[in-house]
Amino acid sequence: MHKKRFFMALGLWGLLTGVSFATTTMSVQVNKADIRETPSYLGKIVTSLAYGDKVTVQSQDGAWLQVTSSGQSGWLHNSALTKKNIVMKSGAGAQTSASSGEMALAGKGFNSDVEKQFKDNHKDINFAPIDKMEKIKISISDLQEFAKEGKLQSAGGAK
Amino acid sequence: MNPRNLTAFILCILMAGCGTLEKISEVGTGLAEATGTITPEQAKSINKSAGAIDKASESMTPEQEYYIGRTVAATILSQNKPYDNHALSIYLNTVGQYLAMFSDKPETFGGYHFLVMDTPEINAFAAPGGLILVSRGMLRCCKNEDALAGVLAHEIGHVELNHGMQAIDKSRYSAAVTTLLAEGAKNLAGSNVAELTKAFEGSISDITSKMVNSGYSRKFEFQADKAAITILERAGYSPTGLISMLQQMEKNLKPGGHDFAKTHPAPQDRIDELTKIIKTPPSMTVAARQARFNENMRGL
Repeated sequence: MHKKRFFMALGLWGLLTGVSFATTTMSVQVNKADIRETPSYLGKIVTSLAYGDKVTVQSQDGAWLQVTSSGQSGWLHNSALTKKNIVMKSGAGAQTSASSGEMALAGKGFNSDVEKQFKDNHKDINFAPIDKMEKIKISISDLQEFAKEGKLQSAGGAK
Repeated sequence: MNPRNLTAFILCILMAGCGTLEKISEVGTGLAEATGTITPEQAKSINKSAGAIDKASESMTPEQEYYIGRTVAATILSQNKPYDNHALSIYLNTVGQYLAMFSDKPETFGGYHFLVMDTPEINAFAAPGGLILVSRGMLRCCKNEDALAGVLAHEIGHVELNHGMQAIDKSRYSAAVTTLLAEGAKNLAGSNVAELTKAFEGSISDITSKMVNSGYSRKFEFQADKAAITILERAGYSPTGLISMLQQMEKNLKPGGHDFAKTHPAPQDRIDELTKIIKTPPSMTVAARQARFNENMRGL
């Protein structure tokens, strides 16, 4: 009897925490996420997703998740995804997710409007160097070449 | 306590945690509705959203973290101008973005980006979301690319472990959530931005004050060092580069300085901790790696 209650409680805990990735829906939590053919940053890009886009997780290989989205399939690193239901608009969508209790307020809270207000309040703080540094994005092929030239033998982690 | 009572007790705690804000919201909107501040429809909308926002307050979204990180970095740069050297900037971002791929958090909302600050002080800051600032003085502590990788991997470790965001006082979250609750009433939109900006300014102040003045706890610094070792080993760099950098830092630090001398554990303390966990031997000098390091660091 006690054993039965224990497993019921365990099952309830599993439901509450959602411990498994398998066949779950997740949201993209980064500005742009590249879905790749193989579970590696060296994999060819199949398609790119935007913040808040939904994917269905099919399987897992280490830190990489095999996902499908809008009929296309590929791999994403798990740090690009969240189990939270990211809702892009307030109103009806927000209320739906309120009942599921899994909401991240995309576009709400500290956003570009708040940054603009901050800039107005603090004209001495210059954001130009930040905009400039954010533009520096080294391509995967350049990183590959860099590693090869420097004889960097990577192991584990991002493949 | 028997198992039945224990299960009931756990469920009560879980439900109590989720319900508190919703109850506060209902009380608040009831009062506002009674006094005519908001319409019954608006009150309904606010109460419906409260449960969701309660959950959201448990952690900032990556998007919010991104905007906080941008402003933290801009605020630090208002005191430390960027060092204008395009080739060095590309080199630093190549080493840094290569390393970030091997962290447990290679993806952030806006990605990892690196910048050199034009100051001889020994400093490095990791703003939330992956904007990493390293001083000329810090780069001078590095004699090879493995040492530079050690510095950058340590900062990536702070991002991966969310140390910056943990410096935000909890009161900022409640201020932001209260304002967002009111957002259900559309006619309050203008004042919401002003209120949110106050909570935002407070959050920026909490983080920059922690980074620049008091420094993280020794525990956080050792955690970031440990994360750095993992990243370096995965990426193919020798983790002993971090130790050689710390040995040089010990020589370069000026006692009483307003930089790492004030905000970080003594280099020797970090070396002592690192030698306990580094298992790999120092790597052989790779000529091509050393040549590109020397080329890009010239004139620093």
